[in-house]
Amino acid sequence: MPYTANKPSRARSSDELRAAIPGWGADLDPKDRPSVPKEQFDPGLNGARWDFPERQPEKWPRERSIEHKFLTPVFGTSAPPRGVSGVIRKYSYKKYSEGRAAHWLLLLAADRVDAWEQHLASFGSLSPDNPITETGVLSEFSRHGITSRFGKKRADLNHQWIDPILVGGPWLIAGGLGFAAVRRLARLHRT
Amino acid sequence: MRAMVYRGPYKIRVEEKDIPPIEHPNDAIVRVTTAAICGSDLHLFHGMMPDTRVGMTFGHEFVGVVEQVGSSVQNLKPGDRVMVPFNVYCGTCYFCARGLYSNCHNVNANATAVGGIYGYSHTCGGYDGGQAEYVRVPFADIGPSIIPEWMDEEDAVLLTDALATGYFGAQLGDIVEGDTVVVFGAGPVGLFAAKSAWLMGAGRVIVIDHLEYRLEKARTFAHAETYNFAEYDDIVVEMKKATDYLGADVVIDAVGAEADGNFLQHVTTAKLKLQGGSPIALNWAIDAVRKGGTVSVVGAYGPMFSAVKFGDALNKGLTLRMNQAPVKRQWPRLFEHIRNGYLKPSDIVTHRIPLEHIAEGYHIFSAKLDNCIKPLIIPGAN
Ligand SMILES: NC(=O)c1ccc[n+]([C@@H]2O[C@H](COP(=O)([O-])OP(=O)(O)OC[C@H]3O[C@@H](n4cnc5c(N)ncnc54)[C@H](O)[C@@H]3O)[C@@H](O)[C@H]2O)c1
Ligand SMILES: [Zn+2]
Ligand SMILES: [Zn+2]
Repeated sequence: MPYTANKPSRARSSDELRAAIPGWGADLDPKDRPSVPKEQFDPGLNGARWDFPERQPEKWPRERSIEHKFLTPVFGTSAPPRGVSGVIRKYSYKKYSEGRAAHWLLLLAADRVDAWEQHLASFGSLSPDNPITETGVLSEFSRHGITSRFGKKRADLNHQWIDPILVGGPWLIAGGLGFAAVRRLARLHRT
Repeated sequence: MRAMVYRGPYKIRVEEKDIPPIEHPNDAIVRVTTAAICGSDLHLFHGMMPDTRVGMTFGHEFVGVVEQVGSSVQNLKPGDRVMVPFNVYCGTCYFCARGLYSNCHNVNANATAVGGIYGYSHTCGGYDGGQAEYVRVPFADIGPSIIPEWMDEEDAVLLTDALATGYFGAQLGDIVEGDTVVVFGAGPVGLFAAKSAWLMGAGRVIVIDHLEYRLEKARTFAHAETYNFAEYDDIVVEMKKATDYLGADVVIDAVGAEADGNFLQHVTTAKLKLQGGSPIALNWAIDAVRKGGTVSVVGAYGPMFSAVKFGDALNKGLTLRMNQAPVKRQWPRLFEHIRNGYLKPSDIVTHRIPLEHIAEGYHIFSAKLDNCIKPLIIPGAN
């Protein structure tokens, strides 16, 4: 009880726990744990033979946080910025620090633009995006979509219904618009 | 090569990509033999992490065989079987020199507030990940380790993140003998945190989730008491009752940005992306811990703000501790624990999915179907 000085008495003593649970107390000493203390200065710690790493060649202007003094010596080269989303991303990096909400909101907006740029581009390619296979939703049938969800006290059912609308909605709208456009063209053609 | 590729929120597919080249003298190219999907990948998959680009290959949990090494690599050679920590790090910057590998300053051009992570958006450096046949591993002399002869491949892949992170989370709690430890989240990270709490001398370990099959695992695998928060009107009050109204000495948040339990918080975050993370579990942690206690956060949150109950944390005099796990720092001790039979990480693996079917793997893990706890990805299988 917190209303008096002593700790609540324990259900099981250390000896009981040691007997019941494999490894109980193996790391008992708080000072003898691998991440204690948090900072352990040892520049030779990692066996590296450099003070500052050699620089990786910059093959295209690499966007970077303005909180960095210079481009880091090593960086990822996945998916260079392109299209309208690339313009938004580069602007966000150039203009705003990580401390500004605008930086992250612009990057999130660019992510949405990127997805639609690439969906549209894919329709002109040999591998158009397919929201059925790409969402993996067919596993609902092979992996017990119904029994995994219902009759259990799952707290995520109250919002899972939103996913198909968020994900599938734009495709249905785009499909509907496409269909209407084709019909319109066909009608124009007939008259 | 075949590689998982992000196509936009909730959409991924497997594409033909070029095998990654050596881009820096200390790079290695690794042929992946086993990879995994992490709870963190779900935040990317759901489009929550800023600067997640179409075309990126995810995957920060992988083991494989060294295929090629750059000119300055000395510790690895082609043919070596290696396990690769999820952190990309240089080994010598201010932070690496102090053991803060997950906070390296030399590998993430895009942000200073987070280190480098394989396949984890441009915000974490823009590196392609290991849910593919091949992956570029920078600083090959620093991060990777040769997998010991006696270690199972599946235990090795779990050491690259989930186990190291759970164990690190328990350490951040500064557990002392007899402490009552509450773990929010019975996913891979939470299960390993609960199990590790015993190693550090916990007197009681309580795990909270809403997925009954995962709580079952918490009871059998992690010897924990369990509570399904969906069965209680107010899980915080329940934790007070369970501790004779004191509160827990240590609470670990192993849930992160997509926490459930409050419709508005979840939807404003996971669906509308208006918060950096849904702080439900974090706020429960702050309220369920005792005054003067410690909250350890290993659940991941995005870089934007979240509605965290900071006043309670202040007024209760809490210690808040958190980080991305500096994985390799945990390895020597965890290797010992595995050898001694105290830990068998692969016990939580539920699914082994060929790379070609990875979209279904993401859906199963994301929607929590088929009693999924940890899905592994096997390149080259069919
Ligand atoms: N700090 C790190 O280095 C690091 C490393 C790996 C993973 N992570 C993060 O850890 C978190 C967990 O990862 P995981 O692989 O175990 O994911 P997971 O999705 O399998 O597990 C999360 C669990 O939390 C449960 N949950 C949801 N809301 C809850 C609530 N309010 N209270 C209690 N439980 C709740 C879910 O039902 C699920 O079982 C993720 O946020 C992930 O990004 C961090
Ligand atoms: Zn992870
Ligand atoms: Zn570094």
